[in-house]
Amino acid sequence: MIPTPDLSHLTRDDYDRVYEPAEDTFILLDALEEDAEELRALRPRLSLEIGTGHQNKVWSMLPGYVLAALTHLQIPLESVTTYLAAPLLKRVHHAVDILIFNPPYVPTYDSESQEAQDGKDIRGSWAGGTDGMRITDILLECVDGLLSPRGRFYLVAVKENNIPELQRRMRELYDLESKIILQRRAGREHLHVICFMRNGRP
Amino acid sequence: MVRLITHNLLACHAKGCTTNNFPLQFKDVSIELREAEFNADFLKGLLPRIEWKALVDAARQLGDTSLPLEQPEMVDDEFLKNLHHVLLEMHIEEGAMVCPNCSHVYAISNGIPNMLLSEHEIA
Repeated sequence: MIPTPDLSHLTRDDYDRVYEPAEDTFILLDALEEDAEELRALRPRLSLEIGTGHQNKVWSMLPGYVLAALTHLQIPLESVTTYLAAPLLKRVHHAVDILIFNPPYVPTYDSESQEAQDGKDIRGSWAGGTDGMRITDILLECVDGLLSPRGRFYLVAVKENNIPELQRRMRELYDLESKIILQRRAGREHLHVICFMRNGRP
Repeated sequence: MVRLITHNLLACHAKGCTTNNFPLQFKDVSIELREAEFNADFLKGLLPRIEWKALVDAARQLGDTSLPLEQPEMVDDEFLKNLHHVLLEMHIEEGAMVCPNCSHVYAISNGIPNMLLSEHEIA
């Protein structure tokens, strides 16, 4: 079992600007724990977690800590403020063993998602535009390039994201197979964690 | 927490900046040394993913000359210890990284590099 994260260092001001760990965070952590054996077997060298954390607030790196705990590796954790994987794409090609994305998946107007990203406000951590896929779609185009031959990509999604369609698209375009590791209801959200892997991986 | 392991993976991604945009050059940096747990297996697995010349140049820019210019074919303990120190124990806390091509400046504050671009710079 992974201990519940300690949030006691947070101030009230932080909660106005930062999205705190909630059900979607916990289902992601549970999914990683579910796959602990496979993750250990990967002997990961490079993992990339794309979160909607804010500056150096620690839970944007929570999956990283969990990975370290699960794989018993002293993984050096590094944090970079950026837009998706943009500054890594040149150098990191077929090199990410574990890719994790908990995107802004809530369906909203595209304009709300755009405003939130432009203004870097807290809505950016959930406002996902049409179908809640506006930001996820941008990353999906990079997954094939980032993932190592045995790499695994974990994505948090909700039912409104049209999960069967997104699985089909990744299979047809990139030959990435996927399975749903966990799903559960949390209030209005029907949360899923999907894991994508290369077809015929070694 | 910008360590050279991360610096070795970051390129400038400003609009139109696609060549000579790696490695970023350090500017006015302050460094802290912090011990990290040594793991030979991890380092050996990481080596193929390191751009060697960029790593050596960056280390020298920060005053560490322990790494050979050419990546050795045989890795011994001393080499791995030096590699470990350069990759994982040198923390750039403050300063900036500058693109050698377009001169875009990426600030480092509290150990975290800010790689965000403003609206008109996004590719």
